[in-house]
Amino acid sequence: MGNFDRKIELFKESFVDGGGYKTVLDGLQNTILIAVVGLLIGIVIGTFIATIRVLPKYKTLPKVLNGLCSLYVGLFRGTPIVVQLLVFYYVMLPLIGIKMAAVTVAIWVFGMNSGAYISEIMRSGIMSVDIGQMEGGRAVGLSYGVAMRKIVIPQAVKNILPTLGNEFIALIKETSVVSFVGATDLYVAFNYIGSNSYEFMVPYLVMALIYIVIVFAISILIKIMERSLRKSDRGR
Amino acid sequence: MIEVVNLKKCYGDLTVLKDINNTIQKGEVVVVIGPSGSGKSTFLRCLNCMEDPTSGSIIFNGVDIADMKVDINEHRQKMGMVFQHFNLFNNKTVIENIMLSPIYVETRRLKKAKSSNVKLKIKKAFGSKIQKEIIEISKTKSQIKEDARANALELLKRIGLEDKADVYPSQLSGGQKQRVAIVRALAMNPDVMLFDEPTSALDPEMVGEVLDVMKSLAKDGMTMVVVTHEMGFAKEVASRVLFMDEGNIIEQGAPEDVFSNPQSDRLKSFLAKVL
Repeated sequence: MGNFDRKIELFKESFVDGGGYKTVLDGLQNTILIAVVGLLIGIVIGTFIATIRVLPKYKTLPKVLNGLCSLYVGLFRGTPIVVQLLVFYYVMLPLIGIKMAAVTVAIWVFGMNSGAYISEIMRSGIMSVDIGQMEGGRAVGLSYGVAMRKIVIPQAVKNILPTLGNEFIALIKETSVVSFVGATDLYVAFNYIGSNSYEFMVPYLVMALIYIVIVFAISILIKIMERSLRKSDRGR
Repeated sequence: MIEVVNLKKCYGDLTVLKDINNTIQKGEVVVVIGPSGSGKSTFLRCLNCMEDPTSGSIIFNGVDIADMKVDINEHRQKMGMVFQHFNLFNNKTVIENIMLSPIYVETRRLKKAKSSNVKLKIKKAFGSKIQKEIIEISKTKSQIKEDARANALELLKRIGLEDKADVYPSQLSGGQKQRVAIVRALAMNPDVMLFDEPTSALDPEMVGEVLDVMKSLAKDGMTMVVVTHEMGFAKEVASRVLFMDEGNIIEQGAPEDVFSNPQSDRLKSFLAKVL
């Protein structure tokens, strides 16, 4: 294992003395920034789309909007996120002539992508609430919107939150593709450290560890959340 | 009170109700019986437009509520409905279930009155000679809540469940849930109560407690339309029995006549099976 000690030695040199930790911190910051802001944008887009998709479809406008939303969801679920990233950065932006930092592009693409997935999470969460809840609300004279807001959605949230946590975990891991458009994330940072010393084994190991720690922390948070939700399920 | 004119309901190619005409008078207890699939539940659900009629009109207190332009929510407040599966709000306690709609409706009315008063005052301050009066505001928001709470507790006392006010529906038995569902509808002071097979999902031993509540309602003069398989209830409480089959009202009349002197063969064979 003398060989391995040497490798750790090299990693330390590059990480601490070579200032590699700064790049890693940068990368970590970007990874979390893209995942968190992406998730928030995704929640906004997802809520909007899910709302349209569960509307009763007697009239023309909801039908048209519903079609558009299906198209959106189909497009973003039907292509890999790397492709979406490349298309936005190298095709769409030059076409409309806007310059944007790679990280900003990544945030938007991840937001739009997770919006498609989150809309489905929310839709199925709302649909899983018994139709009788809505009918009970309508029968006492509440409008569709009020019954949705006061009765259906609070119950749907219980189904939605845990799955939303999983979506967040997936986002964190997927951010490792932003290097395709030249943004610095964890992968780029450790790759940089590795290429300084021509030694990749330890840097990649540490990178994997960091991902595991982040995801582990999030899944613990989700579990705590789930437990407290289930408590209120049983009542007082 | 409710006048059903040429009511038709289709689901795609399937016609569930074929041209139904009927009038429900104030104070009547109308019990609808018939085999399953005869359209009796659909008929009831059309009465408060839970199902939109395909054609025809439902005249309730002089307004055609089947008209899509009518604010259906306002009229539904005056039509209580009780479902087979209770449909209590699972995320609300028993008392919140009862108070939710009264509080919401009253506070909304309050907000509207306040904003129209403000508009009126501004207009008058600018010398406009509008003849509108300032709307009297008798209650504050907290008074509305207090009153709704007192009323809800009163209703719970009536069905003997005041000790369950703060529990969630999941902790009630089926019979208790259905009794709460009945008072939730009553909390809106409805003109008519619609019951959609209120005892069909209950254990046999709990049927009685729900029927008792319904009987006392009938005794108090509430207008009721009840879809049920409880022939005993129909015989005892109904002022009129409707027999439906294949989307039509085949026979109707006082319970004594319908049960002891059925005219149509269809009703005779139905009664032979259920009695």
